[in-house]
Amino acid sequence: MNISPHLSPRSGISAGWLRSNLFNNWYNSLLTIIILLLIWQLVPPFFSWAFINSLWNSPAVDCRDIDGACWSIIPQNIDFIFFGFFPEDQQWRPGLAMFLLLGLVFYSKDRNHWKKSLFVYWAINLVVMGTLMYGGVFGMPVVETAQWSGLPLTFMLALFGMVAGYPVGVLLVLGRKSRMPAIKTLCVVYIEMIRGVPLISLLFMSSVMFPLFLPEGVTFDKVLRAQAAIILFTAAYIAEVVRGGLQAMPRGQFEAADSLGLNYSQSMRLIILPQALKIVIPPSVGILLSAFKDTSLVVIIALYDVLKTTKVTLSNPKWANYSTEAYLFLALLYFVCCYSMSSYSRKLEKDLHTGH
Amino acid sequence: MNKTVNKTTSDPVDKPIIEIIKMHKWYGDFHVLSDINLKVQPKERIVICGPSGSGKSTLIRCINRLEEHQRGQIIVNGTELTNDIKNIEKVRMEVGMVFQHFNLFPHLSILENLTVGPIWVRKTPKKEAEEIAMMYLEKVHIAEQAKKFPGQLSGGQQQRVAIARSLCMHPQVMLFDEPTSALDPEMIKEVLDVMIDLAEEGMTMIVVTHEMGFAKSVADRVMFMDEGQIVEENNPHDFFDNPQHDRTKLFLSQILG
Repeated sequence: MNISPHLSPRSGISAGWLRSNLFNNWYNSLLTIIILLLIWQLVPPFFSWAFINSLWNSPAVDCRDIDGACWSIIPQNIDFIFFGFFPEDQQWRPGLAMFLLLGLVFYSKDRNHWKKSLFVYWAINLVVMGTLMYGGVFGMPVVETAQWSGLPLTFMLALFGMVAGYPVGVLLVLGRKSRMPAIKTLCVVYIEMIRGVPLISLLFMSSVMFPLFLPEGVTFDKVLRAQAAIILFTAAYIAEVVRGGLQAMPRGQFEAADSLGLNYSQSMRLIILPQALKIVIPPSVGILLSAFKDTSLVVIIALYDVLKTTKVTLSNPKWANYSTEAYLFLALLYFVCCYSMSSYSRKLEKDLHTGH
Repeated sequence: MNKTVNKTTSDPVDKPIIEIIKMHKWYGDFHVLSDINLKVQPKERIVICGPSGSGKSTLIRCINRLEEHQRGQIIVNGTELTNDIKNIEKVRMEVGMVFQHFNLFPHLSILENLTVGPIWVRKTPKKEAEEIAMMYLEKVHIAEQAKKFPGQLSGGQQQRVAIARSLCMHPQVMLFDEPTSALDPEMIKEVLDVMIDLAEEGMTMIVVTHEMGFAKSVADRVMFMDEGQIVEENNPHDFFDNPQHDRTKLFLSQILG
């Protein structure tokens, strides 16, 4: 770094900092100038479109007179975007279900709560959520699963997909490493077949082909099929990532556990898996984030997740011109969820770091 | 070595705690151990030395089934080692092992490293397991580190913890696989002192090591292995002063300089 003696870097952005970080040689200086130009061209117009000339909650007609963003599309359609085809007067039910689910997610964040009771809470939550959404008891009218849509559907498919897919994935990789040939072959075939097809085709097959094999009159709930497909898909990828983690484990750890007399399940549960799973937190989180965003693929089997409900809003001629605003909002929604997950994973890694 | 250790005076007709009879082992086509015959009496201290690749580590790893033998018998504390997992687990409860690279569990605290065996294998209640653990940590002079993690300790400290971890299972036999080979010279003494204390208390020990001073002062028998065979075994005095085989003489001249 060439730092002129008078312009030594101090804390904060001083001339010295600029010189040593942005303009220290000719190509960095060129790059800095180009980027500054781009920012100059793009940011002020975007800012004035998005914030200055925009409308935030107005009828659709008013938006035609302005130059800026029509964010009103969101508040005006919020019921449909969030809850889809769920009957309007019953929308407190999915709202409450989502609230409970997110509450449980926050509760699960604290590692002190990671005990056997946590599984029980998730199982109870599944039942409660299903009951709230479906109804039929306590005077709540029945709402068929085909009408479940919007944000509750996205969260439900994503969160239960992750929470169930992860342990199934771990079981799969342990099966793959098993010495019993039947189990090993079954797990390998499963993993390779699932990884060989896109999720969208799994959803399609689960929805169209699967019913063909069922006896006459027996149907499998569509949401359940989608949920199963997402769980099975996520599990296969988690299995491979955890396999990498197991391979990274030093052999001495297995030997020390064995020499103490710990049996297979004890050494896996207490010694090997805690270390292996910690090693593969980064790629695991990547898979779970993909699973979250892949819930949007359920549109192929005519389920209306939050992406699809937003799109449907745009098919209304009143709002058809404002797709940019709608998709930006959706992007922000996905971003907030995914970023929270990823920053939590970084915090988890930091907490689990025991100085080795 | 500064300490002199009382040598074992167990009656040779005692039932041996480890018996290896005509044992052979192959890695594929490579004959790594051939015709091993060994009887270890309770409280006996055996040192095994030899050049690298001679099979000495493999031999002791067969005793707790970290390696499988293909021919012959290994009988530990009356239980024969076969493919039966129940027998293997029974043997492993009675045989403790200390590794060259310590192999402590990095995600557990020192105390947890020591209690995981007793709690889950011997089904000791947690409080009692922790008391036993603290007692052994004090024995190896490292009690103040109980809440720390292995990554925060030096090599010598980690190896002492590893010894304490094996002792918490109250084994009948302790196997040591080159316990000081990965340590800096200043730390070797602190670990050897712990091992000498252990020997004085009557623990049956089989030690693979290059520390000849330890062998001279502690061992009841010294064995020399080369190319998978036990070439020579004798009491330390005769072994070092009067080696019989040429290979032994060569090895001793190299290691003792």
